[in-house]
Amino acid sequence: MANIISDETIEYVGILAKLELSDEEKEAAKKDMGDMLDYIDQLNELDTSQVEPMSHVFPVNNVFREDVVTNGDGSEDALANAPLSRDGGFEVPKTIV
Amino acid sequence: MSLMSLTAVELGKRIQKKEVTAVDATREALAAIAAREDVVHSFVTVDGDRAMQRAKEVQERIASGELTSPLAGVPVAIKDNMCTKGLKTTCSSKILYNFIPTYTSEAVLQLERAGAIILGKTNMDEFAMGSTTETSAYGVTRNPWDTAHVPGGSSGGSCAAVAAEECSYALGSDTGGSIRQPSSFCGVTGIKPTYGTVSRYGLIAYGSSLDQIGPIAKDVTDCAAVLEAIAAHDPKDSTSMKREDTDFTQALVDDVKGMRIGIPNDYFGEGLDEDVRARVLDAAKALEEKGAVVEHFDLGLVKYAIPAYYVIACAEASSNLARFDGVKYGYRTEEYDGLHQMYKKSRSEGFGAEVKRRIMLGSFVLSSGYYDAYYLKALRVKALIKQAFDDAFAKYDVILGPAAPTTAPKLGESLSDPIQMYLGDIYTISVNLAGLPGISLPCGLDRNGLPVGLQLIGDCFQEKKIIRAAYVFEQTREYAHSKLAQEQNGGAS
Repeated sequence: MANIISDETIEYVGILAKLELSDEEKEAAKKDMGDMLDYIDQLNELDTSQVEPMSHVFPVNNVFREDVVTNGDGSEDALANAPLSRDGGFEVPKTIV
Repeated sequence: MSLMSLTAVELGKRIQKKEVTAVDATREALAAIAAREDVVHSFVTVDGDRAMQRAKEVQERIASGELTSPLAGVPVAIKDNMCTKGLKTTCSSKILYNFIPTYTSEAVLQLERAGAIILGKTNMDEFAMGSTTETSAYGVTRNPWDTAHVPGGSSGGSCAAVAAEECSYALGSDTGGSIRQPSSFCGVTGIKPTYGTVSRYGLIAYGSSLDQIGPIAKDVTDCAAVLEAIAAHDPKDSTSMKREDTDFTQALVDDVKGMRIGIPNDYFGEGLDEDVRARVLDAAKALEEKGAVVEHFDLGLVKYAIPAYYVIACAEASSNLARFDGVKYGYRTEEYDGLHQMYKKSRSEGFGAEVKRRIMLGSFVLSSGYYDAYYLKALRVKALIKQAFDDAFAKYDVILGPAAPTTAPKLGESLSDPIQMYLGDIYTISVNLAGLPGISLPCGLDRNGLPVGLQLIGDCFQEKKIIRAAYVFEQTREYAHSKLAQEQNGGAS
C-alpha cells in the first residue's frame, strides 16, 4: 500500500507541528512521510488485536510527592535565557487586540 | 605517553596516589583537544579556563583527603544534550545556539560530586536525531580511526573524543542505539543502562520513554565505575527506578563458566557485513572457550523494531520539542507578525531538516484519525517485542550479537536515504523499546582497519551479567582502544 500524502495533509501537519515549510520543503516532506508510512505499514503484518498498548516497560504509575515547595523562587533563572523579558515575565508579541 | 592514554580508573588511581594531579591531567586533556580538534571536531564547546579552575579546586580537595572517588580529578566530556550550569548547551541545534542552563543535569551533578573535571560539551546529531553526527548544526565530527569516515551517532562527539584521547571518558545518551553504535564505530566501550537507572533530569528530551544516559570509555572497567557513579534514584525524574544493586564494579570478575549466552539468528541475516559477522562470532567462540554455554536461537520480530521505534520516538519528539517556541530560551526569529508567526518562523529557522522530518511524522501519527492506526499500533508492537525478549531471557543470561551491521560509513553517504540510515540501528533499537541494558565493546577490526563492535544485551536490571561477560571477553584479547594506542603498540590490535 503506497501512502500518498496530499498538500492538505502537509498543511495540516505543519499547523500541528508549528512549522512553516518552504514549497521545496513541503515537496520533500510529502515524499519522506509517504515513504516512512509505507515502511511503518509493515506493522500491520502483526496481529495485535489481543495486545494492550505498552507505554511504559515497568509497572510504574503516578509518582507523587508531598505538596511542599522545595525549590524556592526561580523566576530569575526562568527568565535568564528569554529572548525578551519585561517586569518579571516573558515578552511576546501582542496577542489581544 | 599522555595521561589521556590511561583509562579513567588508572588515571584516578595515580591521582589518589599523588603521582600526578588533576591539574596535570586537565592540562594534558586540553593540550590534546588543542592538537586534534581541527581534524576530529568532537566538541561543540570547550571551556579550558573553567576546567583548569575546577581542576585546581578539586586537587585541593583530593590533597586534603576529602575527595576519594576513583573518578576524582579525572577529565570528562559531556554530550551537548545534558544541561550544565553556566556552560552553553546547544543539542547541536541552531535553536539553542545561545542557551546557558541555570542548572546541571542530575547525571552530571553525580559526576561533579565524585570530583570529575568537565572539559566541554561534545558534538551530536541535532537533538540526538541521527546515526552519524552529520545532522549537527555545528559541523561534522570525524572518526579518529579514519577521518574520511563518520564516528556514528548520535553520541558521535563523545565517542570520537574518547577514541582521540581528548578526554578520559565521556557521557552519552542512547534512545535507539546512540551510545552503542558510535562506540562500535569508534572502537570504544559504551553502556546503555536499563531504563530508569540514570536520572533523565536535565537531559534535553528526545524520546522520553526510550532515552537513557550512559558511560562511554576506553574499557569495561571504566564503564562500570562511571555507571556506578551516575546511577541513582532521583525524585526529580518520575521514571527513575529505586535500585539497590548499582555496585556495578563488583561484576568485574573474570568468570563466565556456565553463563548461558544466546545468539539470535535474526541478527546475522541479510545486510550484515562479512567482517562484522566473523569478528562477532569469534568473540562468541572466545566466551565459549572461557566456559559460557553458547546457543543460537530465533528472537523474532526484529524487523518490526525500527518502524515501531520511529512512530514512538517521533511522536514523543513532536511533543517534547514543542517547548522550543522562541519565548523561553534559544533562538527567536528577527521579524514576525504576531505570536503564531513568531512560533512558526523561530522553529522553522531554528530546526534542521532531520528534526523537522521527525516532528512532522510525530505530529501526523498523533493526529486525530491516525492515532490508533499508528501510535497505539506501535505501542502494541512494543509489547510484543518486550515479550520476545522476556521469552529469550527465560533461556539465556545474555544475548550476543553485533552492535551495528557495518563498520563506520564514509562521511556524506548516509543522509540522502533516511530509511537506509535507520536500518543501521536494527540491532540496537529493540533494546530501547524493551528498556533493556546493552553494552558495545570492540572485538577487532574489519578489512579496512575500522573497529567492529560486539553488543551484549541483558534482561532488565541485569547490567552485572553483561558487564561480567564483556569483562571476560576483554581479558581474552588485548585491543587497542584508540587509533593512537594502536600506533603506539606498533600496529598490533
